[in-house]
Amino acid sequence: MKTTSAHIVVAGGGVAGMEAAGTLAEMGYRVTMIEKDDEPGGHLLQWHALFPDRRPADEVRNYLRKHIEQRNLSIITGTTVEKIRHHGSGVLVSLSGGTEEKADAVIVATGFDLFDARRKEEYGYGIYDNVITSAELEGMFNRGRVAKADGSVPARIGLIHCVGSRDEKVNNNHCSKVCCVTAVKQAIEIRKMLPSCEVFCFYMDMRMYGPYYEELYRESQEFHNVNFIRGKVSEASVNINNRLVIKVEDTLAGRPLKMELDIMVLMVGMEMAGAGMKLAESSGMKRGINRFLETADHHYGNNLSGIKGIFYAGTCTAPMNITDTISHARAAVAETVRYLNSR
Amino acid sequence: MNSELFTLPFNLGLYFILIYSVVRSTVWFRNLSRSDKLRLQRGFFGRPFMDSLREISMESLLHLKIFRKNPVLGYMHMSLAFGWFLLIVFGTIEADFFGEKHLNPPSHAIFFRWFNPDHGAEGFAGIYSFWMDLLLAFILSGLLLAIIKRFTPRLMGMKKTTKHTWTDRIALTSLWLIFPSRLLAESFTCGVHGSGSFLTGNLGNALASFLPAADIAPWFWWLYSLSLGTFFFLLPVSRYFHIPVELFLIFMRNSGISTGDRHSSYTEVQTHACSSCGVCISTCQMSYAAGIHDIQSAYFIKGLRNDRDIAGITANCLMCGRCEEVCPVGIELGPMRLIERRQGERSDRTLKLQEKYSLMRRRSTLERRPTQSYRYLVREEPEKADVLFFAGCMTHLTPSVIVAMKKIMDSAGVRYRFMDENGGVCCGRPLMLAGRDREARELINHNSDVIWKSGAQILVTSCPICYKVFRESYYLEARVMHHSEFINLLIEEGSLRLGYLHKKVVYHDPCELGRGSGIYEEPRAVISYVAELQSSEQERNMSLCCGGSLGNLTLSSGKRAMIAADAARTLTLGLPDELITACPLCKKTFVQATETKVSDIAELVAAALPAPRRENAKKRPARRHSRATSNG
Repeated sequence: MKTTSAHIVVAGGGVAGMEAAGTLAEMGYRVTMIEKDDEPGGHLLQWHALFPDRRPADEVRNYLRKHIEQRNLSIITGTTVEKIRHHGSGVLVSLSGGTEEKADAVIVATGFDLFDARRKEEYGYGIYDNVITSAELEGMFNRGRVAKADGSVPARIGLIHCVGSRDEKVNNNHCSKVCCVTAVKQAIEIRKMLPSCEVFCFYMDMRMYGPYYEELYRESQEFHNVNFIRGKVSEASVNINNRLVIKVEDTLAGRPLKMELDIMVLMVGMEMAGAGMKLAESSGMKRGINRFLETADHHYGNNLSGIKGIFYAGTCTAPMNITDTISHARAAVAETVRYLNSR
Repeated sequence: MNSELFTLPFNLGLYFILIYSVVRSTVWFRNLSRSDKLRLQRGFFGRPFMDSLREISMESLLHLKIFRKNPVLGYMHMSLAFGWFLLIVFGTIEADFFGEKHLNPPSHAIFFRWFNPDHGAEGFAGIYSFWMDLLLAFILSGLLLAIIKRFTPRLMGMKKTTKHTWTDRIALTSLWLIFPSRLLAESFTCGVHGSGSFLTGNLGNALASFLPAADIAPWFWWLYSLSLGTFFFLLPVSRYFHIPVELFLIFMRNSGISTGDRHSSYTEVQTHACSSCGVCISTCQMSYAAGIHDIQSAYFIKGLRNDRDIAGITANCLMCGRCEEVCPVGIELGPMRLIERRQGERSDRTLKLQEKYSLMRRRSTLERRPTQSYRYLVREEPEKADVLFFAGCMTHLTPSVIVAMKKIMDSAGVRYRFMDENGGVCCGRPLMLAGRDREARELINHNSDVIWKSGAQILVTSCPICYKVFRESYYLEARVMHHSEFINLLIEEGSLRLGYLHKKVVYHDPCELGRGSGIYEEPRAVISYVAELQSSEQERNMSLCCGGSLGNLTLSSGKRAMIAADAARTLTLGLPDELITACPLCKKTFVQATETKVSDIAELVAAALPAPRRENAKKRPARRHSRATSNG
């Protein structure tokens, strides 16, 4: 049975939501995409350039923007999905404005939140001026200038890996996957922008799992003199010259280390989005110990919620990079279409 | 039928337990340190003895503490202990007054009815019999509750009750049999002779109406005597040994003896004074918030008593001290656990029965662990200062507290030096909690040296863990203050100008500051000065542990998170704007556990400081702390 008259709601307008909504619309379905911010795009909106090749983030943004410019795709911004419940053979989606959307299926693409670096108080984010997050550094790249809070040029920048990831103390055991390679990318960008600025990366492991990531890591050392120190930063303070002082154990050299920095960049990890958690709570969607949505099967049912008519796309199920997010969103579309055709 | 043979089990048991108690107390006394012996001797002829008598009658007989906590449970203990005590006292009087001669052996009082079957038919003797029956009924009502409690603890308001060993079981059975067998023995005898009061008389008549009472009675007198005898023989190896030992404990404690930091007669007495009542189990957050039900103090003490391998139990404790607050016997459970931690691992062996009777337990002491060397610590010459601020390692992980303290001290014009600004040496407490005293002593000596040389009069620390160890394990000239006390002093002296924050806040007493050091009022005074302070369900000495405790190195972070979430939920029931604590570790733990904003008391006060006006700050002279003001 041909069911292109079906209506599908996509909860979330980030990379996964845009890809899923656009693909479904292309196939002729009537699609409504709900985005909590004023503009679709999600976290990608803040990014200047993407790993591993440092291509401008605009290229991907433009692809996605074009992808959702379709007659049968409507976008509701400034709105969140509050609850999904069954209604007849389809679902009823309650929105934050109090309105409801009838649909035949829903794709949940609520994405991730960046870890709130204030929860690792020992790094002094929100307390010391020159402690920033990786997202804020990306903002500096966008503005074309990396500088200290007082406007001066930094002589040494430290990038701290695994902030809020692989850290039992903040209840996050998971690896956020993208921070290592983001740090390498950002380190190279700093070195290219400020050739006299030293850059140090403090890591636990370098997880260069994707195509050309390892090459990027090598390039950063061979051609850009980025320094890598294996060890976790324990605490940060400010000295009399208003420079940051970090304490870290160099676990390869086997000794403690103290270093002065001008800017400390916290590579904040991914956590299940707060909005997604609320939606899961109200709609009976299961979550794993890592708080992300639990899929029906993590090998062959990775887009299935286990609830009729609800499908998952993107980082609401686990941390992933843009490449994987787009693939995951397309897979969610395939699962949705299979479901609609079999009804 | 005046054969006295049946009294034999009772007599043997009684004389056994009397001799055993005397010998064992003598051994305990001999093994006390010289000063503790002196304390005990002085106590015997002074107030402590009278205080002990009062405490024994209030707690060991009437069980008022338990009564106040749980009236039904209290009644159960009271009826068994106080009722039995009265039965013995009045039984002795009865035998002396109504018996054939004065000064009878104890068996004549206990088995009075057997020897005087016709007694108490009328007159004063009748009234006396009524009274004796009433006492028996009192005890039996308590026994009924005890049986209900054993099989359905929930009915008695107990979440959990302790598990028994086989000697406990036999002792318990014989204890339970004592009073019903007395009732039946007396009733059958009264039935034959037409004597007895409302209980034994009526029951006796009823039984005698259809049973050969005269033939049956001796069997129950045997059972009565046997259950008493068995109970006395098993007393030293069962949990019921706590009954006589507690009397000894009360006297020792009133004489001023305390646990200290090594095994002694006092720890031995405390081990045996535990009644395994299980109050500690339901109070323990590890139990009700994290689902760990086998490490609580009752099990710890039981393992100690039976010389089991309890290294796992010993280590797995938050050391929050809540159990110690509710222990009806007043056992110093925290220090006891620390002593055991120092001992290290013990090989698991089941004590043989004769070893359980042994008078002083030989603890198999274990391989000595190597001492770490701290020779690399740099000796430095410190600058002189009036006030020394020691943030502590935990505070270095909450830089907002340091920033706030600097603001407050600058605003009050305090001349201070930041002792560990560029990284200091640990106060030693974590090593002590892990049972490594000698290593801790090295750190203590190092820090003491720095503090003495600085000439400071006040040592301020932001960490309650450091605070406790500075107060208790350092010998310092400087007055040690937690920053909440110091801020309170600054407010009282008028050195701090503060605005009022229109906020509702709740205060969490950190374990080491509250129960550990008795500081409850100063933080509350400071908070009330700048904001509206809510009270909480569990506060002051019953404050909850945040779950982040340094005292436990084995608890998983998942379990810690469960404890933290439960504690945070309890604290924020009144929907406060902020959750205030005075310990960096509590702060760090709670931040992960609640949506409510968590701040240190110093941050709250710093937020109430007026916006800095540079001219004013410069004009104010630096204030010196004289010893007179700091002690006042």
